[in-house]
Amino acid sequence: MAIYITQLFNGLSVSSILLLIALGLAITFGLMNVINMAHGELIMIGAYATYVTQNMFKSALPASMFDYYYILAIPVSFAIAFLFGWLLELSLIRHLYGRPLDSLLATWGVGLALQQLARSIFGAPNVGVTSPSWLDGGLTIMEGVVLPYKRLFIIALVIICLLAMYFYIYRSRAGRNMRAVMQNRDMAACLGISTRRVDAVTFAIGSGIAGIAGCALTLLGPIGPSLGTYYIVDAFMVVVLGGVGKLVGTLLGALGIGMTNTLFEYWTNASLGKVLVFVCIVAFLQWRPRGFVAMRTRSLD
Amino acid sequence: MTQTWSRARIWALIGYAVAAAAMFAAPLYLSDFRLNLLAKFLAFAIVALGLDLIWGYTGILSLGHGVFFGLGGYAMAMHLKLQASGGRMPDFMDWSGLTALPAFWKPFESLGFAFLAGLLIPGVLALILGYVTFRNRIRGVYFTILTQALVIIATTLLIGQQAYTGGTNGITGYSKIAGQSISSPDTKQMLYWVTAIFLVVAFVLCRFLVKSRFGKVLRAIRDGENRVRFIGYNPALYQMTAFAISGVLAGLAGMLFVLHVGIISPSMLGIVPSIEMVLWVAIGGRGTLIGAVLGAVLMNGAKSEISAQYPDAWTFIMGALFIVVVVFLPGGVTGLVERLKFRKRSVSEHEQEAVRHPAV
Amino acid sequence: MKKKKMSIHRTALLMLVLAVGLAACGTSKDEPASTTEGGTTAATGGDTIKVGILHSLSGTMSISEVSVKDAEMMAIEEINAKGGVLGKQIEPVIEDGASDWPTFAEKARKLLSENKVATVFGGWTSASRKAMLPVFEELNGLLWYPVQYEGLESSPNIFYTGATTNQQIVPAVTWLLENRGKKFYLLGSDYVFPRTANKIIKEQLKAEGGELVGEEYTPLGHTDYSTIITKIKEAKPDVVFNTLNGDSNVAFFKQLKDAGITSKDLTTLSVSVAEEEIRGIGADVLTGHLAAWNYYETTDTPQNKTFVENYKKKYGNDRVTADPIEAGYDAVYLWAAAVEKAGSTDVAKVKEAAKGLEWDAPEGKVKIDGATQHLYKTVRIGEVQSGGMFKELWNSGEPVKPDPYLKGYTWAATLSVGN
Repeated sequence: MAIYITQLFNGLSVSSILLLIALGLAITFGLMNVINMAHGELIMIGAYATYVTQNMFKSALPASMFDYYYILAIPVSFAIAFLFGWLLELSLIRHLYGRPLDSLLATWGVGLALQQLARSIFGAPNVGVTSPSWLDGGLTIMEGVVLPYKRLFIIALVIICLLAMYFYIYRSRAGRNMRAVMQNRDMAACLGISTRRVDAVTFAIGSGIAGIAGCALTLLGPIGPSLGTYYIVDAFMVVVLGGVGKLVGTLLGALGIGMTNTLFEYWTNASLGKVLVFVCIVAFLQWRPRGFVAMRTRSLD
Repeated sequence: MTQTWSRARIWALIGYAVAAAAMFAAPLYLSDFRLNLLAKFLAFAIVALGLDLIWGYTGILSLGHGVFFGLGGYAMAMHLKLQASGGRMPDFMDWSGLTALPAFWKPFESLGFAFLAGLLIPGVLALILGYVTFRNRIRGVYFTILTQALVIIATTLLIGQQAYTGGTNGITGYSKIAGQSISSPDTKQMLYWVTAIFLVVAFVLCRFLVKSRFGKVLRAIRDGENRVRFIGYNPALYQMTAFAISGVLAGLAGMLFVLHVGIISPSMLGIVPSIEMVLWVAIGGRGTLIGAVLGAVLMNGAKSEISAQYPDAWTFIMGALFIVVVVFLPGGVTGLVERLKFRKRSVSEHEQEAVRHPAV
Repeated sequence: MKKKKMSIHRTALLMLVLAVGLAACGTSKDEPASTTEGGTTAATGGDTIKVGILHSLSGTMSISEVSVKDAEMMAIEEINAKGGVLGKQIEPVIEDGASDWPTFAEKARKLLSENKVATVFGGWTSASRKAMLPVFEELNGLLWYPVQYEGLESSPNIFYTGATTNQQIVPAVTWLLENRGKKFYLLGSDYVFPRTANKIIKEQLKAEGGELVGEEYTPLGHTDYSTIITKIKEAKPDVVFNTLNGDSNVAFFKQLKDAGITSKDLTTLSVSVAEEEIRGIGADVLTGHLAAWNYYETTDTPQNKTFVENYKKKYGNDRVTADPIEAGYDAVYLWAAAVEKAGSTDVAKVKEAAKGLEWDAPEGKVKIDGATQHLYKTVRIGEVQSGGMFKELWNSGEPVKPDPYLKGYTWAATLSVGN
């Protein structure tokens, strides 16, 4: 029994991490149809932003304050990744709308350059981020079942991000503008929406969420220049499996992959589990080429 | 197509002849080491041709060509490894606890079988993958992302089945090919010529394909798949065929690569090499065959020169090349040359040309 | 339309010719030399002796390899400051293996046949060594490989200055069985070193009365260990023998701590976690966990004091030394000593001179075993302290004779290790 609960929780936790890394992509890929291969590197930027925040707390503030660095690190990571995303959109992405495959290649180049940049600034080895002590330990719900606070925290964080995204896209004026531009650019422009501005902000928000993901990942994994490469393919799988254009699709995609991955890994081993998950994704897309939740459209390419 | 022997055509033929002569005569003026490098680049040029066929002409971007390349490489590597171990089990199987040679390894004793396998296994895999995806009209970015899944599956399996595949170390340590020592300069020269001949054959084949009706349909699919469907063609059939041919070419390149480099490992199948292959085509100029060849040779030449001196800078250069070529030079180097030529003649022609490479 | 296309082809072709020509021009000056086999003696031609340094300076493996390169460069500078070798200065030729095994083979070939280096110091992963090995054997070069590895190899063209299995893994398992418990869980990254190491450990457990309760491999770059940790909890081992590599270690140890398992509840012994890795994982996470190496920054020898001092002076106080770094440093000194003794950089003569060569390394006395071309090394088991350094719990007392094929262990006979 304890094992089932633990594994269920692990599955949920893996799904939450996948959702967090895929959420930004769901926006840039799902709404804007830009394939941002540098998404992984934006996650990396978020992680390094957390590292820098931690170091600043360590050197400038008394030790008693150290534990609060993480609360500041989340908005800082968001802001820095947002800024990078904004610059990226202004300088590069805007040339690539309507050319998804080209955007894939160009942003891959950006990703390479960002990785090397991180290597030049922070050095090739991993850097250490000490997680705040209030996230140490876990909640014991029964004999042998410990739910680590860090994983609970990430689940909470992703729920907050998801809700925030939902309200932004579907309940705010800016979000309405955004949807209008994505659905019919010319019409939106005629109605006085600055489409350029909307594009830039949308892309930057997607990047900012990647930054938050990076901040969260410092709790669990390595922080190094190649951090992004571990997650990028998984993130795309989540978005593609979920179906583009709808947040609920991304949520389903993350849950689907996270749960099956944990299950397969438990039954077989980590390598085979991974292979099986990818085989399942490929098979599933044969059945539903547009993912779980497809936008209905009558238009042809 | 009327055969007019215009001046341009004659010049082009002379150009081809000179290039071919320079390529075939390379052993005369290159050191062994350089020749070996050039041979490797020529092998890369073959996979670039294949990629160009599906990306440049058909508009399908595959980020999984490393897999086809690697499968070809593994087929050849298995043969060479069996040759080197002289009838005994390859050393890595020993360490991994196998007691007898697995049955699927046995046929690779024969060079002919290994060669055919190196062509057919990638080809058939590409055909199957093409069948299930193109038939379901999975295309564009979805196809591209699926090919990445293929890469992950293939590398994880190869690494995980260490007893059968050599794991991350891959397969290395060869001694003989067709009874000859693989490291002797004579053999190497011979292998170089073999590669050059295969490149010429591949080039001629691709050229024939793109000039034929088949090639025209491919380009039509690139520019408007649904229109092609509405006139009564089945695009999936064409896409599958092109993808399979491309897979075969990648397999061939992989086999030649192993002969020159002496190692194949799962890292050659990874996402990074697969994307680099795309970059060669992009740099050289997608949609022109000579561009693909040129891109592969130039890029790899530059890589081995520049990365030696400035390992850090090389990554930046490669990143920058990706961006610059995609955003500003969609036609690559050949496209640039083309554009410069036109600017001299007439602006209107230039603009026409830009239409030839619409957004893919 | 037609005319236009022709001109494209023409220009493109001219460029192809240019490209071929370009590849050619770099070589013309090396032409006369390219006929000499191996070119090992050409290195002494000028006022300097060229040596190759071939590590991954870019890509994922640069995490580890850059520091080894730094240590090797430091050794070369030190030797040069004292007058060099055979009265000549050592001139390093640095190449980047780019974390890519075919690149290692290509660059090794370049160093030997184009640069005519006297020897090469390089490699980290087994895969990179396996890729370079045929090149060194073909061109009769000399490679110094500085990292602990899975053994079962002894090339006449390679000197192994890191530990083989009987100088790290085998004694560590014996020590764990005596001091920490019988039930072992084997966890490793899915590549050659962990799989081979675990195969050896399994035989040893059978022979020495241990019990295997689980074995698990994770793909390289795996970052979620929650399921594995569940499996470990279920298996209830006394010891987790950890052969994970770099980045996976970070994820595993962070998540192990979060799951409420500390070094008090469970002993883990790692063979790929050294001082450098500890900083990336965080000393707070690792405190109390064990590792087995031949050298720690805290190893107490007079040579080590100067070594650590010089390394920090040169590369910064925030840098740490570690086993492979020290082994790389040793390699340069051992090669230089062998060359001095041989009076030549000729590969055969250097190999002959290296037999039985002794040197006071930072880790203590090391000696080259002529038969296997490995080093006699002292085995040390250390415990991570809160400052990120190791405290030595046990050492073998004297340098252990290398035994890459484990011929001295009866239980290893069943491993059927060829040769």
